[in-house]
This record gives sequence, C-alpha cells and structure tokens, in this order.
Amino acid sequence: MRRRLRRRFEPYILPRQNRAICEDPARLGKDGAAATGLMSLRGENGRVPLYRDEAVVLRTQKLGEADRIVTLLTRRHGRVRAVAKGVRRTASRFGARVEPFSHVDLLMYEGRELDVVTQAETIEPYGERIASDYGRYTAGTAVLETAERLTAEEREPSLRLFLLVVGALRALAEETHTPSLVLDAFILRAMSISGYEPALDSCSRCGAVGPHRFFAVAAGGMVCAEHRPGGAVTVSPAATALLVALLDGDWTVADAGEPRTQREVSGLVAAYLQWQLERGLRSLRLVERG
Amino acid sequence: MYEGAVQDLIDELGRLPGVGPKSAQRIAFHLLAADPVDVRRLVTALTEVKERVRFCSVCGNVTEEEQCKICRDPRRDVAVICVVEEPKDVVAIEKTREFHGRYHVLGGAISPIEGIGPDDLRIRELMSRLADDTITELILATDPNLEGEATATYLARLVKPMNIRVTRLASGLPVGGDLEYADEVTLGRAFEGRRLLDV
Ligand SMILES: [Zn+2]
Ligand SMILES: [Zn+2]
Repeated sequence: MRRRLRRRFEPYILPRQNRAICEDPARLGKDGAAATGLMSLRGENGRVPLYRDEAVVLRTQKLGEADRIVTLLTRRHGRVRAVAKGVRRTASRFGARVEPFSHVDLLMYEGRELDVVTQAETIEPYGERIASDYGRYTAGTAVLETAERLTAEEREPSLRLFLLVVGALRALAEETHTPSLVLDAFILRAMSISGYEPALDSCSRCGAVGPHRFFAVAAGGMVCAEHRPGGAVTVSPAATALLVALLDGDWTVADAGEPRTQREVSGLVAAYLQWQLERGLRSLRLVERG
Repeated sequence: MYEGAVQDLIDELGRLPGVGPKSAQRIAFHLLAADPVDVRRLVTALTEVKERVRFCSVCGNVTEEEQCKICRDPRRDVAVICVVEEPKDVVAIEKTREFHGRYHVLGGAISPIEGIGPDDLRIRELMSRLADDTITELILATDPNLEGEATATYLARLVKPMNIRVTRLASGLPVGGDLEYADEVTLGRAFEGRRLLDV
C-alpha cells in the first residue's frame, strides 16, 4: 500500500518566527566566538546547546544580506536547518565549506527554529568535483533533493540514509559509475530504507515469484500478468535485471547495462519515486541522461 | 498587529528581500512620519522603475531603451562577451574598469534543486549571439559558488564546438560567495587571472 509522506514546510519560504530569530543579534551572536560564549552561559543552566556532528549540505538559501540557511543531513541528528552567518561575504570563515555536496564536520548550537553553525571543517569537498561536470552535477542535485524529501521530519536520525548519501556523492566525485546509474541506485536504496522498497522479484499483489513483465508504480513494483492494473508498463527482462542489480549494489551487472536499458530503468525509478513522494522532484527532469 | 493601511504596508515591506518583520515595522513608521513630498518621490521612483525599465534586447541588462547603454556604445569591444548572472553583476564589473567588451545577463544560474534549468535562463539568446563570427572570446563571470561553477561548466561545454576562447574568472574570488560582494581590487585581479575552462 502507498504510504503518505507528511507534508512539511515549503522550504523556500521562511516562516515569520524564523526571520525574527535570525534578525535578533542577541540570539545569534555577532560571530562564532560570541555565539559560543553566549551558549556556554546557557549551558550552565543544564542545557547542552552546543553539539558537534558530521553532515552533508543538502541545500543553501540566501538569507538577508550575507547569510545563508543551510539544510543539512547530519549523521546523528537527522535533517537539520541552520544559519551560516556571513558566508556570502568575501572574508567569510566558512566560504565553500557550507556549499551543497560538502561533507563537513560542524559545531552548532541549537536555536528554537534554526540552529546556528559556529564552526565548519571540511571532511570531503565533493562539490568541486561534482560541479565540474554537468551530468554529475544534475544527478548529484537529485540525490540531495531525494534525501531532503525522504526525511519527512526534522531531527529524526537516519544513519543509513546519511551513509547512502555520502556513498552516492563519493561515487559521483570519483567517477566510478555513470552518474545517472549512481542516482538510480541511490533512489532505489534510499526508498527501501525509508519503507518504500519496490517489489522486483515477485508480484507486489500476490507474491507469485517472477520474473514478471509488468511494472506498476501504484501497485508498488512488478506485477504478474493476472494482477496487472491499468497503467502498468511492460518492462524488458534486461531492465528488470538492472533494477535488481542496482537495488543489490551489484555494480558488475549494473555497469554492463546497455544505454537503452539504463534509460528504461531511469524512467521507472523516476516514476516510482515521484508517485511515492506525491509532489514531484524539481531536479529530476533536469538530470542529464546518457 | 496594526490596523488597516499600516499593517498592509508592513506586510508589503516584509516581502522585500532582506527585510524582516522588525525592519518592515521600522520602515513603515519612518514613512508615516516622513514629509509627504519625500514619500511621493519614493512612490514616483517605484512606479517609474516598473513603467520605464525593461531588459536590453541584446544582452538582457536593465535599460530604459531598446538596447542598454553598453550595447549602444561603439567604443566597446564587440569580439568579447562577459557572461554574468544578474544586472547587478554588470555594475560590479563596470566598477573595475577592467573590461571593455559587452555583457550577457543570464538572469540567474542553473539550479536544479530550485527547478531552474538551462531553458529557464537566457542561454538560447547567448548561443544566437555567438553564432555570429565576430565573437572570439567568452568570459564566464558567474558567481564563484557551486551553482555559478556548474553554470560555467555547462556553458563551456556548449560553446566548445565553436571556435571561441572560453575563460572563467578565477583567482581572488573566494568560492562559496556572491560576485556582488567582491571588492573592486579583488574583482579586478580575478579579471586579470582568468583561465581557460577545459571540459
Ligand atoms: Zn500477482
Ligand atoms: Zn545590452
């Protein structure tokens, strides 16, 4: 059955109370040092507002004159939105460290709505390598947007998703596989760990062992001839095999796939993801396919 | 919450970039206390900018004519085009006095996560300008951040089959920032140090 994802904030509109927080210098601190001082005072009252975590930067949005709001997928705290002060200025302490795709080590303190980044160290600057090729850049952006959309709630830890994102970005940066294949493998596995694993080996309706020839997004994957609903598409045996290989991480099989088969699979994966997410992924239509 | 017109004004001001609810309130009350003549001048400026200003039919810069001042200037080098994201980047580069060619304003950068692809920018217009043999160099001056880099990469690949030298602003500009925040010296140096973009 189709599970509905809870709709969350439209990420492009900053709620009013967030803006108020960002404008209040007493809450933010003028810079990292002041912020740390402020927060350590609060720490004496029993709170532990400063925390350190690893994160991948999913998205950045401009805020005011020189700040950015960064959406992070952290290793231990799930998806977190935080303010990075002054990053758009030339003398910024963070600069490129909080750009999308960056794998960073962060020191942050908790705010009421938005956390604040006080220190950032680069672990892997994947952005540089990924942005230097348009195919990698578009596939990588779709990885980030998928990760953002699959984390329906903020601060809900998902270590497996975090590791999957890091793995996909590394594969893109190191050019180990075709970018769109890396994306498709990521989507299939990310959906699986989020509870939307597509049925590939057996009919999603009756469980009859395949291989089957039909794929229905609404039914949750492959279906047998008998349970084929209207709107099911016919899938080539090669595409079925490639889907299984991508989900299992069998790259020997996946890399050997024909471009035609890869395109067929990309179409199925995209349709399946968009169906489950309800609202389409913006970046998906811009992914460059081989 | 205030009544009627005051709250309407605060709400409208609050929609402007970089203006939060507190600033909106401050500006609203400043206007309320201001001389009516000053307010009328502001109203005229707002109305005129929407009525008179449009985009240059050649480069996409803001202008009040069919073509902008730079495109009309016969002293500008027609063989070189500098590609920028926004009209404000034209102003920033003009201040350096380093560049004597013409511009092409894309209207933003490729940003898949915002749903902005190549077709949403003035890239087709750029290609038709380049189809003319007069252009020998294309300078990519998109923002030195990730989206700006990706946009430059995309353009470099697109232009590669043409016999045009493609360069990219490089040294001096910190990655992760916006072009508009660079000081004139830094921006001027970046112009001198532009490099070939090989894709
Ligand atoms: Zn069945
Ligand atoms: Zn012009």
